[in-house]
Amino acid sequence: MSETAYLLAVMVIGFGITFALRAVPFVILQPLRDSPLVAQMSRWMPVGILAILAVSTLRSSIGADLAHVLPAAVATAVTVLVHLIGGRRTLLSVGAGTATFVLLVNLT
Amino acid sequence: MIAGMTEMLNSVGRRSAPDDAPGAASCDTSLDVASDTDPDPVLDPAVVPEAAAVAVPDAAPPATSPRGEFVTGMRLSFAAGLGMIPIGVAFGMLVVQAGLPWWVAPGLSTLVFAGSVELLLVGLMAAATPLATIAVTVLLVNLRHVFYAFSFPLHVVRHPLARFYAVHALIDEACAVTASSPGTWTAKRLLGLQVSFHAYWVGGGLIGVLLASVLPGPVEGLEFALCALFLTLTLDACRSRAQVPSLLLAGLSLSLALVLVPGAALFAALTGFMVLLLLRSLLARRRGDPAPSAPHVPSDPEVEHV
Repeated sequence: MSETAYLLAVMVIGFGITFALRAVPFVILQPLRDSPLVAQMSRWMPVGILAILAVSTLRSSIGADLAHVLPAAVATAVTVLVHLIGGRRTLLSVGAGTATFVLLVNLT
Repeated sequence: MIAGMTEMLNSVGRRSAPDDAPGAASCDTSLDVASDTDPDPVLDPAVVPEAAAVAVPDAAPPATSPRGEFVTGMRLSFAAGLGMIPIGVAFGMLVVQAGLPWWVAPGLSTLVFAGSVELLLVGLMAAATPLATIAVTVLLVNLRHVFYAFSFPLHVVRHPLARFYAVHALIDEACAVTASSPGTWTAKRLLGLQVSFHAYWVGGGLIGVLLASVLPGPVEGLEFALCALFLTLTLDACRSRAQVPSLLLAGLSLSLALVLVPGAALFAALTGFMVLLLLRSLLARRRGDPAPSAPHVPSDPEVEHV
């Protein structure tokens, strides 16, 4: 498969699955709202999925370069602290954390 | 298999919202409010569009001309949309820096239109990840969208193409803004809102592409933005001790995945986490724990949205 075909395939898959997830519930989800399992899982899943995504993206930010471990740790701490102290303003926390990481990685 | 998939489909939380911008976290707040207060949540509009459409337009505030309504929708997009542009710029820069062709940025933003998964896809595409893994990742990361149908006023839109677009552009921010003022939406206003969001996101990406191409070299470390976004969303989702067991199970699943299948850790960790949660649910039932009493509003009373 050529590179362009691969990239187009990714876009089509991304569109198809995302659109289906957005559209299907309008048709079928309504009756399933009352299922206890659905309710239970909907309370349990978000935090875990987000945490897994956070750690796996942290891991890819560090990459193969051990010199990135410390900047990543500092930037993580900055993100968390700014978020908790700064009133949970996502843009502010993400901006502060990213700026910290970019600066540390490029200056050290 | 089908049944299992359906369960997974439905089991993702409304509060997950690992999406692009500040609206993501607040969307869930508005969703909860909406489902608490709105006595007449969407009555399966996909099945009975006529009936549902008749019931609503009267509730709209002083509706002006159709063009006025569209402009009102654009105006309502400003607050939530402000955050989409910088993240869009970061996304556009990442596409170029990852060595992908520039059109991947507007392509993904137009077709997929879901911030966090697009940012993830950049890395996955650059690494030529198999399409099956990409499909599973998109499915799991975007699962939360199934809950947006509950509050989104799709029933005010009647034209088939417009309905198609309204569903396609049902992002976290659109869900948040519409849920915060139920009953006031007209088709033009809704489309004004969604088209604006789409323009911010695609436009931000294009600015990023341009910026990255005029910079002398790649800005190293920019990809941390995605990690930071997930960190803040994790913090927002984890506001009571009731969330700790899930967090531990996620940690267990991820640790096992990193040790056993480091090459496909994300996929393995997400799947493993799902399996662990199903086991937890089985155990809870065996112990005779009461099932959640109010499935309509699966929110934690202890959780306070700030």
